[in-house]
Amino acid sequence: MFDDFLLRALIAGIGIALVTGPLGCFVVWRRLSFFGDTLAHSALLGVILSISFNINISLSIFAVSSLVALILLRLQNTTNLAGDALLGLLSHSSLAIGLVVLGFLSFIRFDIMGVLFGDILSVNVNDLIIVWAGGAIILFVLWLIWKPLFASTVNYELAEAEGMNPKRVNAIFTILLAALIAISIKMVGLLLITGMLIIPAAMARNLSNNPKQMVILSIIGGLLSVFIGLYASFEINTSSGPTIVTVAIILFILSLSRIRKKY
Amino acid sequence: MIENDLLVKVSDAGLYKNGKWLVKGVNLNITKGKIVTLIGPNGSGKTTTAKIALGLYKNIEGTVKRLTNKISYVPQKVSIDWTLPVRVIDFMVLTQDLQDQEINDALNLTGVEHLKNNNLRELSGGEFQRVLLARAIAKKPDLLVLDEPVQGVDFTGEVELYALIKKISETLQCGILLISHDLHVVMSATDYVVCLNGHVCCSGTPVAVAQNKEYKELFGEKSSQLLSLYEHEHDHVHDSDGNIVKEAK
Repeated sequence: MFDDFLLRALIAGIGIALVTGPLGCFVVWRRLSFFGDTLAHSALLGVILSISFNINISLSIFAVSSLVALILLRLQNTTNLAGDALLGLLSHSSLAIGLVVLGFLSFIRFDIMGVLFGDILSVNVNDLIIVWAGGAIILFVLWLIWKPLFASTVNYELAEAEGMNPKRVNAIFTILLAALIAISIKMVGLLLITGMLIIPAAMARNLSNNPKQMVILSIIGGLLSVFIGLYASFEINTSSGPTIVTVAIILFILSLSRIRKKY
Repeated sequence: MIENDLLVKVSDAGLYKNGKWLVKGVNLNITKGKIVTLIGPNGSGKTTTAKIALGLYKNIEGTVKRLTNKISYVPQKVSIDWTLPVRVIDFMVLTQDLQDQEINDALNLTGVEHLKNNNLRELSGGEFQRVLLARAIAKKPDLLVLDEPVQGVDFTGEVELYALIKKISETLQCGILLISHDLHVVMSATDYVVCLNGHVCCSGTPVAVAQNKEYKELFGEKSSQLLSLYEHEHDHVHDSDGNIVKEAK
């Protein structure tokens, strides 16, 4: 029943879920969901640059997303605008610029739906290598900075006073998010990647009472979404990315019945 | 003061930021086993001074000499977001690796061992402050910096917490830099007071500071009278019925 392309999609999905699980927890804890969205939107510009200059798509997305993240950090220090206004500014300007540049490239046949919603069924072996190698690097770096990152998430000042250098680990975490978007856009798409980050983590929050438990449940939630979502999209012939996210949402709704928020 | 016991020496320090001096001309010595208290009105630079002592600012005036790296900090406001599921036991190892024994000892000393597996959000204000203290002392630091450690605690709780801080300083023989806005409660648990108002307006023993003219101007006559209630000289002794029994000394 399982064809080759479905197997590849499954392997890619597992790789992505393993990374979005822990990263998504930090996105939820640090209230960065809109930030993740902004980075994802800027990926469109990355995709278009990669096509017009014929460079590797993941590298191009990673470069543009990291650049947008750095511009944001810079603007936060130099303007009086609130964080959400800056994010909206960057998010929509990179989206708009991307579409304008696309208009110049009328000679290119370009599947914008694929960029917006991803196409996990078109994954080739090269993509698998990028997802798993990139994912392994992201998880390894996250493991290295786990303690200072978590400490600065709980309390920035405390982490700073006790020598954990929160500024640096926060910047590294931002780069990790950009890297995740770079390796996963082709499969999940720029409109859905934030959903993959947040929804399993939000589900895990409902069921857990300590950070490690939440990370593990978040990974399990992501994996279940990929398994069930891919299978369902194959059976009922729906597009796979949105189906995976829909399954994640159903898991989240189920988790509401066991919510552990008692105080 | 024995020179060997010196932990931090702040000399003529100040911080200029966004076109004004947040604090200026601060001199401060923290030594082992002693409690130094910073008092002053809101915006007088108490937290800034503590952070200068901790070495968190790069561009300061003057010098800060720190003779230890074993420093723990309890910040002014710690609020735990509900998105973060953190138990007391997770919080204890936030910035440090601890043996089970060290966790238990620290929680025991501050009297909250029974809350080890509770979620931080389930604790009362007083319990939370005790957990903050336990986390800070678990590695037996040389220097403990406490920024308003009695926030959100009622008066009885405040007195108990200051007694606990005194006990910590005696048990661990560490130096403590304490930030507080009310001198009269902190009195019994402090060896040296620095009164700030953008600069050091006076410093000395608690009694000396309370009698100081600038202190009275800053906090009003009333606060130093209130203080004398707590520290008045006993020239006689009462029996349990309240009768004067004999002249003291």
